[in-house]
Amino acid sequence: MIRSDVLKELQPIISNQLVVCNIGLPSQELHNLDDQPSNFYMLGTMGLASSIGLGLALVQDAKVIAIDGDGSILTNLCTLTTIANNPADNFILLIIDNGSYGSTGDQPTYAGMKTSLAQMADAAGCENVIECSAQDTAAVVKDALAHERMTIIVSKCESGNIKVPVIDLDAPVIRHRFMEEVARRNS
Amino acid sequence: MSINEKIVADFVRNKIEFVTTVPCKQLAGVIEEIGRSDAIYHIPSNKEDEGMGLCAGSYMGGKRSAIIMQNTAIGVTINTLVTLIQYYNIPLPMLISYRGEIGELIACQVEMAVHTKALLAQMNIPTYHFHEQSDVNELDGILKFSFMAKKPVAILTDASFWQGA
Repeated sequence: MIRSDVLKELQPIISNQLVVCNIGLPSQELHNLDDQPSNFYMLGTMGLASSIGLGLALVQDAKVIAIDGDGSILTNLCTLTTIANNPADNFILLIIDNGSYGSTGDQPTYAGMKTSLAQMADAAGCENVIECSAQDTAAVVKDALAHERMTIIVSKCESGNIKVPVIDLDAPVIRHRFMEEVARRNS
Repeated sequence: MSINEKIVADFVRNKIEFVTTVPCKQLAGVIEEIGRSDAIYHIPSNKEDEGMGLCAGSYMGGKRSAIIMQNTAIGVTINTLVTLIQYYNIPLPMLISYRGEIGELIACQVEMAVHTKALLAQMNIPTYHFHEQSDVNELDGILKFSFMAKKPVAILTDASFWQGA
């Protein structure tokens, strides 16, 4: 299974959730699969999906899923320490770890070599870290949503991309409709 | 009221409830004061671009945010300022210690100081320079401006400003 297969299986589970999605193909694939105002697509700024997701989870009550990648986590690795030390029980960080920089041509990342992101999250102090296969990811996310505890999920999948169009929404529109959705869920 | 208390009081008056900080010697007092405030969630960042991500998330969650950092961070955060904060119209007051100005003891700090205002101007970020202690009286208006305009603003605070703070 590649990332787009994982997203396809996740779609019915996360469609109605607040999702902060990583730059590049992950956001484009999610947008193409199931565009929702509850999705915040990152059009730039590699590495900050987990930080945005944590900031959002800390200040309001609705559940937040940040969909990140192994390459993006590695570029902002210190995020794991901030997440561990500022736990938000409504926060789920899903790292789709395909061992490659997908959006730029599938160059390998160190997460696909010797480095274990799950062990790094654990060493950072994150208390509930689950590494799972691509096939099990939807069930693991569903279970995490059913519980009131911060969960870090590392989904190991194969590298590979599908052809999807770029996102044509303006950034302030993505932000505005997302904020309306957040406010609606907290009203 | 000390300078640090005045800054935090202005933050609170402007409903800033989420502040991230990356330390600087000059900012130690104000960071401590942020930590003491019951009205503000203080979340230390490892790196300033990470902090801006946290601030963006908080703002979208309905809580106004701000970042406190050193001017060297401008070099770290250009991409984040442009492609996240400015591109999505997110307001972000940045209280910045302006290291490398008159009174600086570490020569290397000057190397970033000479680029600081030019970089901020290049990014069209409204920039204010606090030199006298009385300049702090501008802060309330600057914060209101940032949230009205949904733009990042830079408040550069130099060694003279912090003298005796």
